[in-house]
Amino acid sequence: MSSESVIHTPGFVPAHGVFVLTFLLVLIPALSAAVLLLGGRRTNAWGHLLGCAAPIASFVIGLVLFFSLLGKDANDRQVDQHLFSWIPAGSFRVSVSMLIDPLSAVFVLLITGVGSLIHIYSVGYMAHDPDRRRFFGELNLFVAAMLLLVLADNFLLLYVGWEGVGLASYLLIGFWTYKPTAAVAAKKAFLVNRVGDLGLSLAIMLMFTTFGSVSFRDVFGTASSAHRGTVTAIGLLLLLGACGKSAQFPLQSWLLDAMEGPTPVSALIHAATMVTAGVYLIARSHPIYDVSNDARVLVEIVGAVTLVMGAIIGCAYDDIKKVLAASTMSQIGYMMLAVGLGPGAYAIGILHLLTHGFFKANMFLGAGSVMHGMNDEVNMRRYGGLRKVMPVTFWTFAAGYLAIIGFPLTSGFFSKDKIIEAALDKGGPEGWILGLVALAGAGLTAFYMSRLMIMTFFGNRRWAKDVHPHESPSVMTSPMAVLAIGSLIAGGLLVLGGSLQHFLTPSVGKSVEVGVHTIAPAVLTALTLIVIAGGVAAAWWLVARKPVPVEQPLNVTPVTWAARRSLYGDALNESVFMRPGAYLTRALVFFDGRGVDGAVNGFAAMVGGTSARARRSQTGFARSYALSMLAGATVVTAALMIARVG
Amino acid sequence: MSAMLLAAGSAPTHEAVVFWILAPIAVIGALGLVFARSAVHAAVLLALVMLSLAAFYTAEAAPFLAVVQVVVYTGAVLMLFLFVLMLVGVDSADSLVETLRGQRVAGAFIALGFAVLLIVALAGTLGSFHSHGLAGAQGEKGNVVAIAELLFSRYVFAFEATSALLITAGLGAMVLAHRERTAPRRTQRERMLERVQRGGAALAPLPGPGVYADHDAVDTPALLPDGSVALTSVPEYLQIARVDTRADAVDRELEAGA
Amino acid sequence: MSPDYYLYLSAVLFTIGALGVLIRRNAIVVFMCVELMLNAVNLSLVTFSRMNGNLDGQIIAFFVMVVAAAEVVIGLAIIMSIFRSRRSTSVDDANLLKY
Repeated sequence: MSSESVIHTPGFVPAHGVFVLTFLLVLIPALSAAVLLLGGRRTNAWGHLLGCAAPIASFVIGLVLFFSLLGKDANDRQVDQHLFSWIPAGSFRVSVSMLIDPLSAVFVLLITGVGSLIHIYSVGYMAHDPDRRRFFGELNLFVAAMLLLVLADNFLLLYVGWEGVGLASYLLIGFWTYKPTAAVAAKKAFLVNRVGDLGLSLAIMLMFTTFGSVSFRDVFGTASSAHRGTVTAIGLLLLLGACGKSAQFPLQSWLLDAMEGPTPVSALIHAATMVTAGVYLIARSHPIYDVSNDARVLVEIVGAVTLVMGAIIGCAYDDIKKVLAASTMSQIGYMMLAVGLGPGAYAIGILHLLTHGFFKANMFLGAGSVMHGMNDEVNMRRYGGLRKVMPVTFWTFAAGYLAIIGFPLTSGFFSKDKIIEAALDKGGPEGWILGLVALAGAGLTAFYMSRLMIMTFFGNRRWAKDVHPHESPSVMTSPMAVLAIGSLIAGGLLVLGGSLQHFLTPSVGKSVEVGVHTIAPAVLTALTLIVIAGGVAAAWWLVARKPVPVEQPLNVTPVTWAARRSLYGDALNESVFMRPGAYLTRALVFFDGRGVDGAVNGFAAMVGGTSARARRSQTGFARSYALSMLAGATVVTAALMIARVG
Repeated sequence: MSAMLLAAGSAPTHEAVVFWILAPIAVIGALGLVFARSAVHAAVLLALVMLSLAAFYTAEAAPFLAVVQVVVYTGAVLMLFLFVLMLVGVDSADSLVETLRGQRVAGAFIALGFAVLLIVALAGTLGSFHSHGLAGAQGEKGNVVAIAELLFSRYVFAFEATSALLITAGLGAMVLAHRERTAPRRTQRERMLERVQRGGAALAPLPGPGVYADHDAVDTPALLPDGSVALTSVPEYLQIARVDTRADAVDRELEAGA
Repeated sequence: MSPDYYLYLSAVLFTIGALGVLIRRNAIVVFMCVELMLNAVNLSLVTFSRMNGNLDGQIIAFFVMVVAAAEVVIGLAIIMSIFRSRRSTSVDDANLLKY
């Protein structure tokens, strides 16, 4: 390792001054959610307004805290606000405390900023939905839980927020309760997340037995002195949790189905914030990964595999939201790859996370706008030529598109290229493989995103009969515009002078510029641009030259065939887990019904039968009772005799 | 004699003779009591058993108890049984069919087992017991005086209690046997009216037997004024051929005389 | 012959009486069998008094006789009043405790 990775221990400063407002960040959206969800239909008239006001208020407070942090000395930037003692059980002490430090501050701004914009967008998008108030209540619930997740100062409180966002995700995916596909998708998301949650809870338990505490301060402070195998185990379990929440391989199957929910949900939860919780977890727990090299390598591998998987899947789908979902999966793979590269590269992963939050949310909102104008059609084969009809949507979407492919000077250019560079700079076979995989992924990203743009906004119009596409109202296009500006400039601003990396140092360790690069940065940038141009060109060659067929062609390569089926992820899950599980439950039900119930019922029947026979001895005749009396007297006499003799 | 009575130890031969004659009789009587069909037979056999027991008491230097056994038990209690049998009906005999399944077999089996058990237990315990005899307890006073001394000194409370018990028993019997008249008692006038209205009954009192006859035995019928035999003058159960033979004899005599 | 034989006889008479209680159905005969059992016990009491050398056994036997007399009075009165209403003296009539 060529850097120090030390949390400034013990640098947790207790909350003072304006930092006592930290808990309001979580409380305001939580209260708003409670009012909206428990208030019921009475709050329908102003529900959406309260629902927008809550994250905006949290954003304002977040800005205040952020600037206060900037105003402090770099060594003092970890502020801990102790609220109350939660579980004082013997040696297991957990308190509810908020930790505001650079890492959590940037997350707070991302969540509340992008969240507020999406809330405003939803006012227009869900205008015709009678359950709009409930939507805002659940969305606020999500914001509250996510903020709790990033502000917690111990793993157990983080787990509370973790579960909270899982719950909100379930509620929001299945928001349209009358759609069976939505209900199934929500269940699937929850169940797959549960597998990941198992990893996180086991990690917390292991932390308690190893370190005696689950707070960040204690765990990270003593991680280096613990047994290496245990720390590796903790790291692997945390990775499992992160895979579940961030839809990384092998727990990626739920993300594409989660697109059943309303588009703002997909934008906020499944693009910008919740799915990044896994990356946050790993970045926050970096001392563990600094100690255990094996766990860290596995993080990289998971990221690289998912990166490629997501890109391949995104090339084959015709559903615009599913393509964006696959893209999300792939981009988070980039982030995982970055945080798996080890000390020095964590900040790069967080950078990509922030820029991705902008451009992916932007593109999702754009897709929602397109759907809104096309009567909720999602099949891109029914789009075409929307550029002229929905210009604002086109130009904002284009901003996001340029950012994601890494067009020079857009945010994606800065964040993604840095990842590729950092991967290659790792050196050795590890670095080469990861770097080349990341590079190939960039090319594929360019391909499928260009395909999406061409099919949606260019080419011949393949609209259905009764569809009259129109531009969306300004309540929807304004947030899209703000995010589009962010997609273009955010990356540059954050990288300027290495400001983000320096800012994040107290949380994730020093970010290091390696002295000797494997490939010179300028050469690498040029290489990346060539690959990206190649991807765009391939998309033009394959998609733009001929009119796009409305029916999905069936004679395609095996790779496309597999990609249309999510690379058989669902089929694998079904055959390996679902069917054996179903057989097992059927066997258990049989055993319970026949075996256990049979035993109990048989026992009851036996008792009944025995008593039915035994009661016949009660004949009611005095003489038979006299007989039993005499028999009893004989037995007693015999017993006395034996007692005497024996 | 008193030597025999007061001696204990191993019994003298006289006692052995009494025992070995009366014991089988008692047992057979008991078995007969249990298996007799008629209840009256059973009562009489019980009397036999009780009397043999009285003899045993005498042999065992308990003459007072022997007399009480005969007078109270056999004389009063058993006669009470017979009176009730009379009231209930002497022909209320049990049918031989046993209604409860297996009662007889199980009963015989268990009773046999019980007897064997008792006898074995007694034999085992008493093997080496040397019996004392009542010479020391009674001595010259005699059995009755000795019992009286004990009864009215140590056991006087029990004595008084049993007297209260007897009084209560008498009261109880009166209460239980009392029959409330549901209708007023039929007076003589009513019975007479009934008899007359029934018709066909002889209104005059029945002639006693032997009136105007040459014998006054119970089975000799009376003669009516016209010389015929009054059949109603002889009780029904005696109206056998005798009446007719007697009547024939009277006829022959009359014919002979006339 | 030792006085033990009286005890054996008493045991035999007692079991015969018990057997009679089990087997007979006429209430009066059952009562008579009970009397037989009481008499057997009296015999064993008198024998024990002889064997132990004091008169307590005879006193008890005397009281047994008195109490048995009182019991017979009441018992027969009961049987008679039952007979008056039911016209039957069978012991099997009272079987309402049947299952």
